[in-house]
Amino acid sequence: MGFTIAEKILASHSGKKAVSPGEFIEAKLDVALGNDITAPIAIAEFKKSGVKKVFAKNKIVLVPDHFAPAKDLRSANQCKILADFAKEQSIKHYFEVGCMGIEHVLLPEKKLVLPGDLIIGADSHTCTYGALGSYATGVGSTDLARAFIDGKCWFKVPATHKFIYKGKLNKWVGGKDLILYTIGNIGVDGALYKVLEFGGPVIKQLGMDDRFAMSNMAIEAGGRAGIIEPDARTLKYCQGASRKFKVYHSDKDAVYEKVYEYDVSGLEPQVACPHLPSNVKPVSALTDIELTQVVIGSCTNGRISDLRVAAAILKGKKVKSGLRLIVIPATQNIYLQAAKEGLAEIFVKAGGIFFTPTCGPCLGGHVGILTEGERCLATTNRNFIGRMGSPRSEVYLSSPAVAAASAITGRITYPEEI
Amino acid sequence: MILKGKVHKFGDDINTDDIIAAKYLVSTDEKELGKHCLENIRADFVQNIAAGDIIVAGRNFGCGSSREHAPLAIKGCGISAVLARSFAGIFFRNAINIGLPFLELENTGQISEGDDLEIDLSTGSIKNLSKEKIYKTQAFPKFLEQIISRGGLINWVKASNKRVKKK
Repeated sequence: MGFTIAEKILASHSGKKAVSPGEFIEAKLDVALGNDITAPIAIAEFKKSGVKKVFAKNKIVLVPDHFAPAKDLRSANQCKILADFAKEQSIKHYFEVGCMGIEHVLLPEKKLVLPGDLIIGADSHTCTYGALGSYATGVGSTDLARAFIDGKCWFKVPATHKFIYKGKLNKWVGGKDLILYTIGNIGVDGALYKVLEFGGPVIKQLGMDDRFAMSNMAIEAGGRAGIIEPDARTLKYCQGASRKFKVYHSDKDAVYEKVYEYDVSGLEPQVACPHLPSNVKPVSALTDIELTQVVIGSCTNGRISDLRVAAAILKGKKVKSGLRLIVIPATQNIYLQAAKEGLAEIFVKAGGIFFTPTCGPCLGGHVGILTEGERCLATTNRNFIGRMGSPRSEVYLSSPAVAAASAITGRITYPEEI
Repeated sequence: MILKGKVHKFGDDINTDDIIAAKYLVSTDEKELGKHCLENIRADFVQNIAAGDIIVAGRNFGCGSSREHAPLAIKGCGISAVLARSFAGIFFRNAINIGLPFLELENTGQISEGDDLEIDLSTGSIKNLSKEKIYKTQAFPKFLEQIISRGGLINWVKASNKRVKKK
């Protein structure tokens, strides 16, 4: 009997030959991550434990990104808790404003997370790094506090669901559309407490940015991880890593609890309607939905290829009068690259704003909060009630291409129309 | 331990943004968070609960963010336990780790808003005093039971970890 990539990584980090679904294990972590929302609780719990020093100062990553640059006094206090703790514990990977970015884009970019790693983050979208062939999963603050103490975490080994994508993708269709389509198909608890393993010929053709977008939203189907087996593209992305890593593959006879096969030829760009990421429709069914705001950014779609697609559509065009376009590159590097390539200029000339890296509006933190009756199309990952502000506002989710096209017309738009 | 309280019913996919909106995440204090528990979907929820009351929900309770502020807000507003058909992965961990009592119960549909429940956490047995019914739930696996009985993850680690013991 063979094993999945997830089972192999969990076994190797728990000192076992093999693990099976349902089993409880304690495993050693390669990376433990916290942000300005979740780390303050973890730091307080760590201090209460009486332990003086963290288990390893180079395996902890702290990123103030949610309400940073500090949106108000209380957020400033929370960010300071991270800065002070990083200084006191000599945490190597603390990213102050000016170096920081959205954590799930920043860590792969800095090569702090690598194939074969076991990673926890006190943030649900930690599953993003599964695109590198790692086992990365979101946990809570107390789990992070425990990791600070001894570098370990408990896991109940999940069963794996395999998703195979075949066919030829239409123009304007990418990783975001594939994952929205999948969540629409299986529901927000369709993979509750499972690992999603994405594969097949379509995934092999996807660039890393599209793969990150897919793994990022595994949590939106209830998944504990969203894994893509490493290939030549993954290894190229990881060139220059400062430590060794191990590449795992699922065995041919690995046991999957469920296997889904999708022929995605002819698939249209997908849009998730309020108020669940599973409420998905093809874009052409929604072209009369008028918008007050468009957000392009986040840990799902704030990468350079996302900005390139959006800029190509917006070049020489104007944002619809009365609509707000907010573009947020996910890291400082992406920000610089977008400036160099002239993308920032395209967004600003079109009548949008080009903001500094932050999670900001995705969770209704700052930079583009919605009031009652307002409606936003965002390239983010959640559209729960009140997610971006008022409980009487609405959020739709799409790819950067659909978002950019919609910013021009002021309603949800098929990019083909522009 | 026996918990007793009135039922507040919710549907499927109650997410962490429902439980505590992001604008309140500038605090880590459970009492302060508790003042805004579930307000986006039921504005008067906190005004209508008495200490010890119980949340009964459908599938996938606590889906969404990692925010431990969600189970803290539930504890902070006076809710004694959550029953649901299923729990999202991170919420499940958080509830275990911080010691918020919760039980998985398949037939939550048989429980109505306002019912009086009595939960025996040691046996997983739930008495519906209003309907004179008893529901059985599965005991937690031994591994989790150990964390729960120590009063949460940090206490459990303290009891078993050499780095903590040495000090």
